[in-house]
Amino acid sequence: MKMDKFRMIFQFFQSNQESFMNGICGIMALASTQMYSAFDFNCPCLPHYNLAYGLGILLVPPFILFLLGFVLNNNISMLAEEWRRPQGQRGKDPAVLRYMFCSMAQRAMIAPAVWVSVTLLDGKCITCAFCTSVPVETLGNASHPHLSQGEIQRVLARIPCKEIYNGQQLIANEVAIRYLRCISQALGWCFVLLMTTLAFLVRSLRPCFSQAAFLKSRYWSHYIDIERKLFDETCAEHARSFAKVCIQQFFEGMSTDLVAAHCHLPRKAPANAGEAAEKLLGITDQGTMNMALKNWHRCKPPLHLHPPALPTGNGWAEEGQTPTHPSAPRKETAAYYSWV
Amino acid sequence: MDRFRMIFQYFQSNSESVMNGICGLLALASVKMYTSFDFSCPCLPQYNMAYGLGIMFVPPIILFLCGLILNRQSLVMLEEWRRPPGRRKKDLAVIRYMCSSIMQRAMVAPVVWIIVTLLDGKCLICAFSGSMDPQKFVGFANVSTVQAQQLLAKVPCKDEELMRNTTSRKAVTRYLRCWSQALGWSILLILIIAAFLARWLRPCFNQATLLQARHWSNYIDIEQKIFEESCCEHSRLFAHKCILHFFESMRQEIKLHSFSLPREGEGHEEGEDLLQGITDQDQVNKLLKMWYYEKPPLDVSQAHQRHPLVRERSPLPWADNTSTRSKSPQHTSV
Repeated sequence: MKMDKFRMIFQFFQSNQESFMNGICGIMALASTQMYSAFDFNCPCLPHYNLAYGLGILLVPPFILFLLGFVLNNNISMLAEEWRRPQGQRGKDPAVLRYMFCSMAQRAMIAPAVWVSVTLLDGKCITCAFCTSVPVETLGNASHPHLSQGEIQRVLARIPCKEIYNGQQLIANEVAIRYLRCISQALGWCFVLLMTTLAFLVRSLRPCFSQAAFLKSRYWSHYIDIERKLFDETCAEHARSFAKVCIQQFFEGMSTDLVAAHCHLPRKAPANAGEAAEKLLGITDQGTMNMALKNWHRCKPPLHLHPPALPTGNGWAEEGQTPTHPSAPRKETAAYYSWV
Repeated sequence: MDRFRMIFQYFQSNSESVMNGICGLLALASVKMYTSFDFSCPCLPQYNMAYGLGIMFVPPIILFLCGLILNRQSLVMLEEWRRPPGRRKKDLAVIRYMCSSIMQRAMVAPVVWIIVTLLDGKCLICAFSGSMDPQKFVGFANVSTVQAQQLLAKVPCKDEELMRNTTSRKAVTRYLRCWSQALGWSILLILIIAAFLARWLRPCFNQATLLQARHWSNYIDIEQKIFEESCCEHSRLFAHKCILHFFESMRQEIKLHSFSLPREGEGHEEGEDLLQGITDQDQVNKLLKMWYYEKPPLDVSQAHQRHPLVRERSPLPWADNTSTRSKSPQHTSV
């Protein structure tokens, strides 16, 4: 029954792992377009700052998005663990590591590529970065007098800022912006075409070469992932059982302590008392309960379960174990004082 | 098994509709891309033609490649094409059928882009305004050729000072847009007629071959999906066994090296003991450390070899693992 639950969970994970990762990929791509449209682009309109600002906006956010794509990918820790673990009894296959890294890198590249494409197709960054390199001879009046090279540069740098542009006689603002935007959009479409062609080649050339090795790497990378999840689930189940038994032994220890300290007869539940009386574990008044709670806080039991009291199934410890209890209080007392 | 059957019926009935859905989504995406793209003609004599025709033809290539990439069946077809024959012969008719169905679906989005571009008209106006005959339009008839070229190149830009509200500019624009829309509608009509004829006339030729090709292409697709599902199922079971063996071997080692009291109910060991014999903080820490430092070998067949040793209590359980390690440390046959 436990395995059925695992099986359902893991079928869900496995069948949806690829689509889950593709979903994250798509969300990041949408997030990058949203970021770009929400970002308030402000060209500085100064000769040397324009290039730095424009190229910075073009290239730094993609780098951040690329790293973010790795950070958000859960499999990065799996890759790192598989890479760094000691060999032990299981050899390491570098092809599997390469496959895992490649598939993660491919997914992480999508959001940066979207940012760069959107930036280029919009045109503001290139306009800002390269406005001082506009060919004034062909587009405007290069023969405009009384302007030194530096002055011309300063005038051209103001092209993106229409409200302060004062070089209309040198070169018309709209002409320059149209020219720069045309170049930018051409670059953008070429970039998108290049990326798509690369993706197409990578995807279509793979079956032509090394298909068998690919199938092998894919199987073992899925295996490593599933094994890790299954191990975590098993450990969680174990921890639950451990905690249950530990707490049960704590309560039993409490009740036997009280019996030993107060010289009361052990409160045997009558045979027909039912489950509720069993669950009271011998603690049936306020004072005892308060002492149990105080002891739980002050002196937690050691992480060491006693073999005789381990349940064989889900049930509680049986009555037949009472004879072994006289030795247990001694151990319990020692344990209370020795536990750190 | 019932669950698998339901899943695979779903895949089979929906493989075609999944591909059609992707096709439709790409077509919608191409329309959305066009409307959100900020078309700005450079209005310069040498650049107009390149820009206009570039916007008309480069995105369709990109959309076509996207259509091929996003279609799962293209990978299946490529694998079928490139695989060694082995014990199963290759049927070229099936591969041709798959190829043609993939191409047809991939062509929808580029065609949608081209038609939307033509019906909108901006691209053609930008590309061909410089190629107009200046004599036909009053405003450009009396200027020199070079100047006429310059003026004609500026026609697509409405906010150009020289051209604002000129009737000649509007005349050129109307003329080019008329041609563009006529071209767009004609292409659309031709394509629809071609698709109609292809669908109607196909049953007249080679229907039997077509049915066979379609059946086997579906088969190859489903076989691929089932193989992947089986591999997933297998890897899950493999992992499950591997982890159980790991816990079992830890329990054996603890039992041998810890001299603990023999537990009551020894016969319950193999049963539902949830704690797997690990009942101590140190033991848990050791188990977790061992999991990292020495992952168990990928060999679950040693389960059958280990059981006799459990009863005999041999002194070094790990020694058995080292002996089996030399045989096949990594993979069982998949």
